[in-house]
Amino acid sequence: MLAYIIRRILASIPVMIVVALFVFLLLRLTPGDPAAIIAGDMATPAQLEQIRQNLGLNEPLVTQFITWSGQLLSGDFGRSLISKTPVLTLIHQRLEPTLSLAIVTMLFTLLLSIPMGVVAAWRHGTLTDSAIMAISVLGFSIPVFVTGYILIQIFAIDMRVFPIQGFRSIFDGFWPFFERIVLPALTLATIYIALIARMTRAAMLDVLGEDYIRTARAKGLSERIVLFRHALRNAAVPILTVVGTGFALMISGVVVTESVFNLPGLGRLTVDAILARDYPVIQALILLTSGIYVVINLLIDISYAFMDPRIRY
Amino acid sequence: MSYLPTASAFKPSRLFRAAMLASCVAFAGLSAAPVDAQEIRAVMHSGIRVLDPVITTAHITRNHGYMIYDTLLGMDENLKPQPQMASWEVSDDGLTYTFTLRDGLKWHDGAPVTAKDVVASLKRWGQKDGGAQMMFKSVDSLEATDDKTAVLKLKEPFNYVLELMAKPSGLPTFIMPERVANTPAGETITDYTGSGPFKFVEAEYEPGVKAVYEKNEDYVPRDEPPSWTSGGKVVNVDKVTWVTMPDVQTAVNAVNGGEIDYLEQVPFDLLPILQSNPELTVEVVSPLGYQTMGRLNWLNPPFDNVKIRQAAMLALGQQPILAALVGNPEYMDECGSMYGCGTPFATDAGDEMIMDGPQPEKAKALLDEAGYDGTPILLMQPTDVAALTAQPVVAAQQLREAGFTVDMQPMDWQTLVTRRASQAPVSEGGWNMFFTNWIIPEVWSPINNPMLNGGGKEAAWFGWPDDPKLDELRTEFAQATDEAEQKRIAAEIQKHAYEVVNYIPVGEYKIPSAISTKLTDMVKMPVPVFWNVKKAE
Repeated sequence: MLAYIIRRILASIPVMIVVALFVFLLLRLTPGDPAAIIAGDMATPAQLEQIRQNLGLNEPLVTQFITWSGQLLSGDFGRSLISKTPVLTLIHQRLEPTLSLAIVTMLFTLLLSIPMGVVAAWRHGTLTDSAIMAISVLGFSIPVFVTGYILIQIFAIDMRVFPIQGFRSIFDGFWPFFERIVLPALTLATIYIALIARMTRAAMLDVLGEDYIRTARAKGLSERIVLFRHALRNAAVPILTVVGTGFALMISGVVVTESVFNLPGLGRLTVDAILARDYPVIQALILLTSGIYVVINLLIDISYAFMDPRIRY
Repeated sequence: MSYLPTASAFKPSRLFRAAMLASCVAFAGLSAAPVDAQEIRAVMHSGIRVLDPVITTAHITRNHGYMIYDTLLGMDENLKPQPQMASWEVSDDGLTYTFTLRDGLKWHDGAPVTAKDVVASLKRWGQKDGGAQMMFKSVDSLEATDDKTAVLKLKEPFNYVLELMAKPSGLPTFIMPERVANTPAGETITDYTGSGPFKFVEAEYEPGVKAVYEKNEDYVPRDEPPSWTSGGKVVNVDKVTWVTMPDVQTAVNAVNGGEIDYLEQVPFDLLPILQSNPELTVEVVSPLGYQTMGRLNWLNPPFDNVKIRQAAMLALGQQPILAALVGNPEYMDECGSMYGCGTPFATDAGDEMIMDGPQPEKAKALLDEAGYDGTPILLMQPTDVAALTAQPVVAAQQLREAGFTVDMQPMDWQTLVTRRASQAPVSEGGWNMFFTNWIIPEVWSPINNPMLNGGGKEAAWFGWPDDPKLDELRTEFAQATDEAEQKRIAAEIQKHAYEVVNYIPVGEYKIPSAISTKLTDMVKMPVPVFWNVKKAE
């Protein structure tokens, strides 16, 4: 197993290099000029040129790439061209809201979607099954900003149970944190609940027809044990894959949810950086996202071995 | 085998029940942190990312400048320069300006403000501001003669020095410590020490999220009542936080729900939501609004031909453009003055081509006369700036009705500002036309107005009119000694600018703000400032 993990990590290095090169070139070939964002509307061409010169944007692409790669190898992601803030500081500031949103969303998702999927499979073909699947389709079909505004209207504006917007760190206290994260997490969870409930149902339906389930029931085990210990565990592999990739997707930023609830997360940072052509920030964020995908995929693969003893590396 | 549910199948486990109980205890035991009553939470028109108010003319950075820096002079509501950090004397020949700093001026680090700081700041400003660049061509020397005195000597008359130094927008004369002001003009500053009424809390700054300003306890305000950027800047709150909200609906919800005290710009279509809230005042804070305008590229055909530029102006009409942009007649006005309506130099000289429009038949006749060959007009349309999306769409239709072939290309604003800097032919990434907006103080005189510069490819603003006559008239304006003469020349400049179609004003509009009724005594001026305002407990 250890050899497998080391092999996978080593294999990810060329992937990251290709990503870095690709992102670097793609950004430089996209129209846009950070100097124009910095200078504002009144700048003359000469003033823009002066700023470009200072930012090093007039250097040949090869020189710029070598400079950036050298910085990366020494752990320096550079500074934002626009705000001059170190890129790592920017990412650090935005990581907590994004991680919090991803974790709470996934908690809500797992708490609701897996029981829904299990029940739908268990009551396959009944009204309950159809109702759960209808809810899933609805959750998947409504855009998150619509769900978000509806939840804000009901719970924040009409009932005044939760704040309308904003984020507070969990280190400021649990309730200030929770009351602000609950609506965005529920909003985002509607999609994942729909997705994972359907996935769970399909995987459970496959498993529930197996001989060992009949055997378990014949032994007189309770339905709860049959469903959750025997069936769900064997249906877990595809569910885990969806959970893992969904989690990676959330960490790399969910800009609509973050905008609707004014969460200062990585999604907003990414969009802002792209609109301003803030090259060092975009490059770092894409590398970070690629790294997250590599790590999460590795964790998913490792977890297969725990869920299914037949899988060995 | 039955698949019907049994009661035991979903009975909550002990663990689950314990977790729920623990959560309830946790929720009951913790309450939200108290909100500081003396904090103003504001959503400005944009997030702040550039913190150097000299390198950029972005309005949000200018607003930041007013928070933490003081200006050498101020401008009052009658548009007259007034002392702020310094008072002044002008020699009888009008060639020597002596500025004397007032007592009690200190940097946020406690050091005294000196005349050397003023000189270094004015020199940096002089490299970036268009009007100041023109002024410095007439400057013989600018020196600190002692700690409190700076002397500006002119080699030829330039009678717009005080107005330039007092202007509230564009690049105001924010005074920085000498060590900061010595930063090259093309490089962004990284030391945010000011001497203004607020201090920038750098530790709490998160670009694109929030900027925090705390009261500068050592600031000594002037004794006069506040009037625009002049008079006493008395701070009555402990802290001001600018929260960035990328979604306007969220910002409207937040101010409507009392989570935000001030929303600088309310979208016109969402006004009714806020106007019905008795805890909010929805009003236009600035007595002067925005000018929206179209700019043609003089370098590329067909707009290298003055007759075709005139045909384009005849094709356009202000009312349909304003209707699409604003819609609400309360907040929009047709105006033919390139200096903005209601300003000292406002005039209708030469404005009939746009004010009588759209005139497609006249435009067609002119196109025939000019021999227009159907060359497409590349019109750039920004899709991500709400205040700039509608103008190109309506203009494209009006131009087509007059016989132009129009290639309207949608793009994000960042792509537009990059492309408009290109002097290349259209086929190689150039352009023919775009629209943008200015606040009136940025265009209210021939010296301030960035478009009224005939310096061609080297010195003029995007579109690059090569118009020596315009520059001669501007110099004449700057050297005019009395106000009536200045007004006469300003009118002549506008008449000339219309004749050659320097740019096409397509109307004015104002944007209302939403202000919590807890806030009182806000200074009403074209720049949102947070001195003088009080917040009720």
